[in-house]
Amino acid sequence: MSTQEFLQHLANGTSLGSLYALIAIGYTLVYGILRLINFAHGDIFMLGAYIAYYGIIFTPLPWWLVFILASVVTGLVGLVLERLAYKPLRGSPRITILISAIGASFLLQNLGILVFGGRPKAFPSPEFMNKVINIGGVSIGLVSIIIPFVTLILLMILTFIIQKTRTGMAMRALSKDYEAASLMGIDINGVISFTFFIGSFLAAVGGILWGIKYPQLIPIMGIMPGLKCFIAAVIGGIGNITGAVLGGFILGLGEIMLIAFLPNLTGYRDAFAFILLIIILLIKPTGLMGEKIAEKV
Amino acid sequence: MKKNNNLLKNIIYIVVAILAMLVLNLFLDSYQVRILNLCFIYIILGLSMNLINGFTGLFSLGHAGFMAIGAYTVAILTMTPEMKEMNFYMKPMLPALINLNAPFLIALLSGGLLAALFGFLIGAPVLKLTDDYLAIATLGFSEIIRVVIVNLQSITNGALGLKGIPQKTNDFIAGRFDIKPSINLLWAGIAAIITIALIRLLMKSSYGKAFKAIREDEIAARSMGINLFKHKVMSFTIGSFLAGIGGGLLAVSLGTIDPTLFKFALTWNIILIVVLGGMGNISGTIISAMVVTIAMEALRFLDESINFGFIQTPALPGLRMVVFSIILMAVVIFKKDNIIKSTLEKARGRYAKN
Amino acid sequence: MLKIDNITMKFGGVVAVNKFSAEIDKGEIVGLIGPNGAGKTTVFNMVTGVYKPTIGDILYAPSGKLQSITNLRPDEIAKIGICRTFQNIRLFKELSVLDNVFIGNHLRLQSGVVSSVLRLPNYTRQEKDMYEKSKYLLEKVGLYDERDEKSFSLPYGKQRRLEIARALATEPKLLLLDEPAAGMNPQETQELMEFIGNIKDEFELTIFLIEHHMEVVMGICERIYVLDHGAHIADGDPIEIQNNPKVIEAYLGVD
Repeated sequence: MSTQEFLQHLANGTSLGSLYALIAIGYTLVYGILRLINFAHGDIFMLGAYIAYYGIIFTPLPWWLVFILASVVTGLVGLVLERLAYKPLRGSPRITILISAIGASFLLQNLGILVFGGRPKAFPSPEFMNKVINIGGVSIGLVSIIIPFVTLILLMILTFIIQKTRTGMAMRALSKDYEAASLMGIDINGVISFTFFIGSFLAAVGGILWGIKYPQLIPIMGIMPGLKCFIAAVIGGIGNITGAVLGGFILGLGEIMLIAFLPNLTGYRDAFAFILLIIILLIKPTGLMGEKIAEKV
Repeated sequence: MKKNNNLLKNIIYIVVAILAMLVLNLFLDSYQVRILNLCFIYIILGLSMNLINGFTGLFSLGHAGFMAIGAYTVAILTMTPEMKEMNFYMKPMLPALINLNAPFLIALLSGGLLAALFGFLIGAPVLKLTDDYLAIATLGFSEIIRVVIVNLQSITNGALGLKGIPQKTNDFIAGRFDIKPSINLLWAGIAAIITIALIRLLMKSSYGKAFKAIREDEIAARSMGINLFKHKVMSFTIGSFLAGIGGGLLAVSLGTIDPTLFKFALTWNIILIVVLGGMGNISGTIISAMVVTIAMEALRFLDESINFGFIQTPALPGLRMVVFSIILMAVVIFKKDNIIKSTLEKARGRYAKN
Repeated sequence: MLKIDNITMKFGGVVAVNKFSAEIDKGEIVGLIGPNGAGKTTVFNMVTGVYKPTIGDILYAPSGKLQSITNLRPDEIAKIGICRTFQNIRLFKELSVLDNVFIGNHLRLQSGVVSSVLRLPNYTRQEKDMYEKSKYLLEKVGLYDERDEKSFSLPYGKQRRLEIARALATEPKLLLLDEPAAGMNPQETQELMEFIGNIKDEFELTIFLIEHHMEVVMGICERIYVLDHGAHIADGDPIEIQNNPKVIEAYLGVD
């Protein structure tokens, strides 16, 4: 493999890793507070891409505005989802909530098929993003640079929110000890809604960027990335944002490198994530950056 | 004596059921027979999942994977060599498998046993995990199995799937009555009866109670001497065996299988059945399996264009599943997840015992 | 019969139990007391294999030589004859009263799952015995009439009795009772004390008991260990303990 090819794979892997990271954060934020796997998160990702699609096609607004609005709208959808499907079940047995989550996921997918139609749609990316540029003799698609860049900026903003704002502090408190934090007068519903909003916003950005890089949209496009990103969050240590990012990159880079070095195994690319998952669950179930919680009897 | 009376009653029920199946086999049209056959298969699948999820409290999402193993095993063992040659046109089948053939019963049991073996191998490492992680891990394994099936072209024919699986029809009896043969209900029907009996006997036995104890309180269960791991693996393996049997019966019922059949949506359908019927409720599962299967078919019209005479709504594929998802979530959210059980109770006027 | 050898339990930086030692001889009733949070239940958890002591060893000799049981799983520990009740009652809620006790018998079952399902004579015989035993135990704790009710529907005091019956079903030699008298009124407490003495004799038990009700502790324990903040501060017979200044200080605090 030439240096050129290797660097290209590296660029792809980094892009994919960034996308996975953006989505994984949503999972980890929600799980950290509610101990809930938001199965519908992958479908929120899908929604973000579609809303942006319709925004560009049916409104005269400039693309950057559409992208921002689509992400905000998707964030609100995530918020509403929580209110309808999860809030009523707070305190119910875990299995019940999981079932509601899976149900919500299927609902969104099938609504997608119903409303958007099952046939693939081409994502209308802004022209310049598809340019190929030359860095030190290596040709890389501009989009492969934009994606990690945008991800980095969003991460920095997120970190600022979590570490330096009161809402962020409330989120951290709730994820450390739900009961104690709720007794401290924190507006739980507000914090949870905010968490879902952020997670869904980031997933929408991920969906839009995904649409630019892999321009085919179908309503079930969220299933695999959704599952893989949850796995990424688990690998990194569920509940831990750094872990989610780390997991996303491990998965993204790993997947691309697998295909790069072992092209015969391309068909197994999806299984890669699951195999990594099983390995992590067997060796260090709390994830690479996770902490162990002792059982209270 | 009471015990003998019970046994006699059960034997009579079974005989009546079998006779009913024979009769229905002859007098329903082939579409209806197919639906009824599917009902029986989903009874088996629902009960097998209920054993793992409802009775033992293990949230496993891996059912589709075990069904796939059962289905492909039965397909490979019952398809004629000629059929196999025709199917494997992209890449030839592994020579050892081309002539591998077995009578249906053996093939079915092999499918179940192979699925059970995988259940055991997968269960051993994975059943130590808690709720959510167990769900994702079993889902992961189910997906791995599916991806492997897609990739092992020379064994499974990959994404092309297998067509021409011989269907078990009731030629003999149909011939006697001069009626066109349809799928023989007795295979799935008797398998369902055996499954019901098996689960009932298992759950009334000491081991079944141990499973329930694990579901209720793992810490207390192990403090009372129950080896959690051994019993969880036991439940999981038995459930996987039955899932394999269900998958095998599904294969001959459909005549065609491919990897997309065994996606997570299949597991989800069974979860639907179990939740609606009541987790840990045998009769509920039986009824809900039949209701859901029939409803799924009956509501097919939702996916198609509806003609109101003066208006015609456009074909809306996906509406059926939307409706089902909404129903399931409504049931789960409004906590009537024993909806069928409570209806049963009201009808019978006494509490349905497990 | 039971020798606790210098066990220490650390959870990260927190030392829940610090170098605790104790010995219990066959046939004794020994108490473990101390203010809330002293680490008493943690000691029980270590003895029953729920936690593994960070340092130290636990040895057990149902008959004959002392053997280390520190690394055994809770179910293995139950099999060798050590059973317990829980501070925060852990019954199998949705199961009937009878089934709760019946399950206690399961560990003694000498029959595989296949013969169970096929109802082979080997299994049915044992199952019959298990039911007989369970019913007997229910009669003994006065819960026979409620045998078919779901255990969560029982009032608190009866739930505690049910837990004891369930533990007895495992045929223990050493019974660990974690606050059996919690929430009981004086009359029930009296009945409990008689009951404990009763089952000790009938089932030839050795009993290790955590309790806050001092009448129970002083009334039936032959010896008592006192824990405070995870450390042993005293041991002896009831009279010694009652008069021990350190014990009094631990419970009432220093002015």
